[in-house]
Amino acid sequence: MMYEWLYDLTGSSILSMFIVSLLPLFAFILPFALLAVLAERKVSAHMQDRLGPMRVGYHGILQTIADIIKLLQKEDLVPSATDKKLFNFAPLLVFTGSYAAFAAIPFSGAFIGSQIELGLIYIVAVTGLVVAGILMAGWASNNKYSLLGAMRSAAQIISYEIPTLLIILTIVMITGTLSLYTLSELQTSFFWNWMIFGGPDTGLQKFLYLPLMLIGCLVIYISTLAEVNRTPFDIPEAESELVSGYHTEYSGMKFAMFFLAEYANMFAVSAIVAIIFFGGYQSPFGYLGNTLELQWLIPIEQFFWFTAKGLFFVFVQMWLRWTLPRFRVDQLMAFCWKYLIPIAFVILLFAGLISLI
Amino acid sequence: MRDYFLKFWEGLFTILIGMKVTFRHLFVPAVTIQYPSVKPQLPERERNRLYVNMDDCIGCDQCSRACPVSCIQIETVKSLPEEDLGKTSNGKKKALWVTNFTIDFAKCCYCELCVFPCPTDCIYMTDLYEFSEFERGNLIYDFVTLTQTEREEKKKNFEEFQAKKEAEKAAAAKKAAEEKALSQKDQGESKPDKPTDEKKGSD
Repeated sequence: MMYEWLYDLTGSSILSMFIVSLLPLFAFILPFALLAVLAERKVSAHMQDRLGPMRVGYHGILQTIADIIKLLQKEDLVPSATDKKLFNFAPLLVFTGSYAAFAAIPFSGAFIGSQIELGLIYIVAVTGLVVAGILMAGWASNNKYSLLGAMRSAAQIISYEIPTLLIILTIVMITGTLSLYTLSELQTSFFWNWMIFGGPDTGLQKFLYLPLMLIGCLVIYISTLAEVNRTPFDIPEAESELVSGYHTEYSGMKFAMFFLAEYANMFAVSAIVAIIFFGGYQSPFGYLGNTLELQWLIPIEQFFWFTAKGLFFVFVQMWLRWTLPRFRVDQLMAFCWKYLIPIAFVILLFAGLISLI
Repeated sequence: MRDYFLKFWEGLFTILIGMKVTFRHLFVPAVTIQYPSVKPQLPERERNRLYVNMDDCIGCDQCSRACPVSCIQIETVKSLPEEDLGKTSNGKKKALWVTNFTIDFAKCCYCELCVFPCPTDCIYMTDLYEFSEFERGNLIYDFVTLTQTEREEKKKNFEEFQAKKEAEKAAAAKKAAEEKALSQKDQGESKPDKPTDEKKGSD
């Protein structure tokens, strides 16, 4: 474990805790956000037969760094009619909410911020903070578009949390654990032990779970996609209707905080899907470290598989974004309440019945 | 119930079709032309900035008259009889010093109408199209190859020549008049004078 190793190294529990808690941010989220913003622009460009950023560095690889420098230089505008305290606090809250989720995510067998037993529920609960932050931003901006965006966002996130939770509940029913670490460890060795292929069980139950898990994976992917406010569910910041929704009035680094939170959320959600259904940090076909008898290689391999899975789902999010047009508000709600929630309930019911066999 | 599942399936299936299309386009080569470093191929008969080859210009003013927006300004001075301006590339003899040939590209509408009447093909379209300026005055292009002093000189030369000619003419006229007067005195009253007077009056 990372914490124990650092504790042995430094001898100070506060210092090692501090390093462990900051590591995902500086070693993972910031580089990931830099890469993801560029990847988003490149993917979108190539999907539309364009080139995307090409000027800064080789094929534009330094574009996001240039953008960040630009954002740092920008004036930190606070419009006069805003509620200043809330206005300044909202981006922090949004970012804290999305960063706190990373505390329970196991990056590899050797690195988990906090190995809490209620990991899944904790993540769902703590991402609820994002809703509060978004509402706060929209309300404090004193701008009708911001407020509209925030209201839409709140309605959307709260609605789509229900199918997410129902699917999580199904998984909890099958595996009997809420800890993300235990959940990952259950799906070890080969890829047919992943939850998407019916979990680590063998026999009749596995084959009965298989169709449920396939649909369940689809449902949780769609509903988490809606929770992070990305196209086709981006009505909170629908550019063509609401300027840019709840962060219309923000500039400079406060805007960057929202942006960073959005990308951190994207990864958090992809990581949850990967952990629940695709074995988390487990390799699909054994470890090189085991065959070569190098024990230290295994956590690194696990980290590689985890990021690879996470990045793949982030790529699918981008792929969907540049494929589908935006939902209308009523379609969005109808899709959640008339399709996802009933299906999630059916999955929950059948999974319960099968687990009784 | 059947409708419900059909709808769900249709939605899912069409999304997959859309994703297939976008995924295929991910590998289609981009159509973007990286403009300043890679320039698009211009069409065969593109019309861009004009250029005037002053070696061939005979100062005939036809392009200026053809111009629908009067953006071409030409001023010419006759050369002296002893000066030889050479010939144009297609064999026309040059007889005029072009002291002013400006094209105002702020006014120019790139219609190419000035190109066709040119008898020596000295005004033509180039392939240059990047010449934006911050001030409108900078868009007035001067094509004359003579220096400013040379232009003044040519004008002065011609004026002097003209004055000299005038003077000669005046002198000749005076002399003629004197001779006439003398002959009139010699002959006394004469009849053939009258028609010449009338002719002068009609002029």
